[in-house]
Amino acid sequence: MPTYRPGPVSLILAALVALFLLLPLLAVIPVSLTPTRMLAMPSGELSLRHYRALIEDPRWINSILLSIRIGVVSSAFSTVLALCFSLGVWMFQPRFTAALVGFVLLPMVVPPVVSAITLYFLLTSISGVSSFFGYDTWLGVAMAHAVMTVPFATVLILVSLSQLDRRIDLAARGLGATVWERATRIIMPNIKFGIVTAALLSFVLSWEEIGVTLFITSVNAITLPRLMWMGLRDNIDPAIAALSVILIIITVLVLAARSAVVRLRGGQ
Amino acid sequence: MKAYLSDRMGAALLMAPLLLFLGAAYAWPFFGVVNWSFTLPEPGLGQYGTLLSDPLVQSVFVRTLRIAAIVTIVSVAAAYAITVVWVRGTPAQRVIAEFCILVPFWISVLTRAFGWVALLSNRGLFNTWLQAIGFISEPLTLVRNEFGVIVGMTHFLIPFAVFPLASSMHSLDDRVLLAARGLGSSRMRTFWSVFVPMTRSGIIGSALIVFVFSLGFFVTPAILGGGRSVMVAELIYLRIFQSPDWGLGAAISVVLVLFVGALMALLFRYVRPKQLI
Repeated sequence: MPTYRPGPVSLILAALVALFLLLPLLAVIPVSLTPTRMLAMPSGELSLRHYRALIEDPRWINSILLSIRIGVVSSAFSTVLALCFSLGVWMFQPRFTAALVGFVLLPMVVPPVVSAITLYFLLTSISGVSSFFGYDTWLGVAMAHAVMTVPFATVLILVSLSQLDRRIDLAARGLGATVWERATRIIMPNIKFGIVTAALLSFVLSWEEIGVTLFITSVNAITLPRLMWMGLRDNIDPAIAALSVILIIITVLVLAARSAVVRLRGGQ
Repeated sequence: MKAYLSDRMGAALLMAPLLLFLGAAYAWPFFGVVNWSFTLPEPGLGQYGTLLSDPLVQSVFVRTLRIAAIVTIVSVAAAYAITVVWVRGTPAQRVIAEFCILVPFWISVLTRAFGWVALLSNRGLFNTWLQAIGFISEPLTLVRNEFGVIVGMTHFLIPFAVFPLASSMHSLDDRVLLAARGLGSSRMRTFWSVFVPMTRSGIIGSALIVFVFSLGFFVTPAILGGGRSVMVAELIYLRIFQSPDWGLGAAISVVLVLFVGALMALLFRYVRPKQLI
């Protein structure tokens, strides 16, 4: 526990930064309540019409459902691949591990726009072969999202493996457990928290992915961020403000629940 | 001998799916993009020549470097201020600081850019309020220019700058600070001559992360720049989708990757990787 506390100057500067960080999130609240069709501050009267539009306009519902489907498929895919890869690294410690892990982490390090043009090349090439799986299809988007999220899932699972005591695996091995038994009955139950976190993070990253999605979709696979983007570029639609308020509230609730759980468990 | 073989088999079976997936879905198409840059519209180094001679492309590169440099300085300084309180404040201060860092961190880049549009546009909160108190008669232009881009990017990148700083501040020994104070140094002097130098690796790490992120930034500049303050990533997008010139878009991507790679290699030579995170 630090005993040397920040002084008044530090506190004032930090408060200014905190205000700067929260200001744009607070600004969307009044805009979402405007009774007008355009982006403006409400003057006097408030209205919930933009919240109603989110429920009544099928475009919003459809894109939310599509984003959930893509998120679930890509997160399951990237978590399974990341889990197998990490188990291979941890159990067998093969040669060239550092280089192989570095390769897997590339999509996380390379500028997103370069990954985007790379995946655009991939999906347009596939489109020539199959119209079901390629540019502007939901499966294509799910695959591209899996490429982008798999490094994050791998890092999380490798970190939780690194905290695992090797001796329990050695004991199982000494008692004659097969590779499959060691993986599924000894190692995985001990890192299940890390696996679940990896799956959740992959889902969240896919749910809000826009940089790559913009390059690989046009009219069919309109995910929620893609629809928001269209609404932001042309005439700014205040329904985006209503949606933003809902997303901000969900984020705050989830973070509050998480810190409550951490506190109950006696962590921190 | 049998166990050794099965170990190698096991490792190969477990690791192959992901390696094959990324090889096919990431490495192979990347070389396809590199190939575009040398073959479209005609084989040769033509696109790299354009890149060196075209004033538009050059002005975009210069603007990107300028914006990235400004954003890096402002974000690291701002992140430093809030990290000091997050790491070393009283428990209540720490909870508040953590909330202010993590909530924006988890909210999507689109929502955050939209928040700045709502705040800074001509009919946004800021202009409405300034006009209502009679401070200005015409709305100020705060978005659809470089100012808006810098504000939005700084806002996005502050939480990323916080994490390396926080880890360097965590590992700092309190007794050194108390000793400086005990020897008669003022709070200011203790901060500048003891605290800041001891968090140098955190500062370098967070500046690197922010700078590299800003170079390839797409969404925030595209929304808050309104097409008037185009950065490299948006230029690539425009070359692919608006004035189809895939070769030039690909060549710019290759240069961007090389630049980011060189930057990281340079940094790893001077700072050991472990100091960064």
